[in-house]
Amino acid sequence: MELLKLVGVLIVVVGFALKKDTIATVVVAGVVTGLVAGMSFMDILTTLGKSFITQRTATLFVLTLPVIGISERYGLKDKAVDFISGIKNATTGRILALYQTIRALAAAFSLRLGGHPQFVRPLINPMAQAAAEAKFGAVDEKTEDEIKGYSAASENFGNFFAQNCFMGASGTLLIVTTLVEQGYQVDALQIAMMSIPIAVVSVLVGWVHAMMLDRKLKARFAESGKKEA
Amino acid sequence: MTVNTFIAEFFYCIIGVIFILVGLKTLRDSNLKTRITTALFWFILAFTFIVGPHIPYWITGLCVIAIAVLTAFNRVHQSASDVPSAEATRTNANKMGYKVFIPALSLALVAVLAATFLPFGANNAIGISAAVALIVAFIVTKAPAKSAVTDGSRLMDNVGTVGILPQLLAALGALFTAAGVGTVIAKGVSAIIPDGARLIAVAVYCIGMALFTIIMGNGFAAFSVITVGIGIPFLIMQGANPVVVGALGLTAGYCGTLLTPMAANFNIMPAALLETKDKYVIIKAQAPVAIAMLVIHIILMYILAF
Repeated sequence: MELLKLVGVLIVVVGFALKKDTIATVVVAGVVTGLVAGMSFMDILTTLGKSFITQRTATLFVLTLPVIGISERYGLKDKAVDFISGIKNATTGRILALYQTIRALAAAFSLRLGGHPQFVRPLINPMAQAAAEAKFGAVDEKTEDEIKGYSAASENFGNFFAQNCFMGASGTLLIVTTLVEQGYQVDALQIAMMSIPIAVVSVLVGWVHAMMLDRKLKARFAESGKKEA
Repeated sequence: MTVNTFIAEFFYCIIGVIFILVGLKTLRDSNLKTRITTALFWFILAFTFIVGPHIPYWITGLCVIAIAVLTAFNRVHQSASDVPSAEATRTNANKMGYKVFIPALSLALVAVLAATFLPFGANNAIGISAAVALIVAFIVTKAPAKSAVTDGSRLMDNVGTVGILPQLLAALGALFTAAGVGTVIAKGVSAIIPDGARLIAVAVYCIGMALFTIIMGNGFAAFSVITVGIGIPFLIMQGANPVVVGALGLTAGYCGTLLTPMAANFNIMPAALLETKDKYVIIKAQAPVAIAMLVIHIILMYILAF
């Protein structure tokens, strides 16, 4: 019977996996778990309401939106594009590593840089492709696909592992509220500071990954070059 | 009420006002078929933020159920916003130059400074930094005052209903704990974690975070389940530092995000956007980094937490 209590976990897993409405999934999982555990409906409402009120902390990021919105209107993203497109004479790997580094720094400072539609497609991928072509001549379709994959990946690496360095990030606040709710007093500054090591490591790993792409491309085209000659 | 709670409640009221502004913007959009229910969603949310602490908790519980019903039946949508055109932001950018980064940078810096040097706590520091950065933004951009309203509500509407997800997941964690879900998971997991085997416990937690994220496509949801079920009983209650476990736990989950087609907006939609031949090309590029990062998470958590 104890195992029945896990039905809430199951609902969350299935609901998210099937792309059901996230809010409804979470609320249904909570209510069902309470009912299975023998809580009264009133108890469930009170528990739900109480922690929803105490955990408003998790939604503090909303306060930062007006600043970001105004900055966007006055050209935040355009200037980021200007800055990145200024990278000159770099190899494919180096362009991607530099972008990931800039993206990580931006995420750590709460700058939401839009990601794939705004940077990778119009800017990073074309720059990375152009660098490969400049060095090796025309590249084959498989290589082009691979560079596209690496370009999109550099965006994700930079975005994911550095965003929690900002105190007002929703991930940071989720960590704080989850732990506080369970009785552990941590605050956003502590979590943000403790997120720095892995952010730094992710940039280093990203550089190694990008350098390996450069070596792979070099090896691939040096070989095919020999064959042609 | 202490000074800190008073300031905190003040900021929650401001958030409530932002929700109300999104609701009012929705009501003005006569092309939106669901404008009444969408506005209702934002007004209920505003009510919980502003009035919630002063009324019995079950009413807020009922409000949470109500917003879930609205989203479950797909009754909440984005309304039309005053979106700046590409030409407008380009012209502004040329005028502003790199100064445009100052408000956003001050957001992060002031938050850290306020949390470190002011006696109002880290949560209030976020609100204080938002207020200071807004003033900085007005000085730097000379934007009209109404921009705070139009651009704030535009972005909030953009974030949409999922913006409330972290808060809701924390509430789910509370219900799980009250129902004893953590204890059940802990009993099951204790079979694979020998007593006091810290490294194995760290590995199980980090890998569990990544696996659950792979299945669900969402690191946030995985975090609330796995932290309550594994992180707290097997790490924090065994003496691990909760700050380390929490901070590295969520990013361990992100290693899973890099590996899963379930996180379509990061891994699949961009592939379509880049018109790749192979739609898994991004996941393939990310796989070695994801695995390396997961191993590093385990090592780092083991070293830093104990």
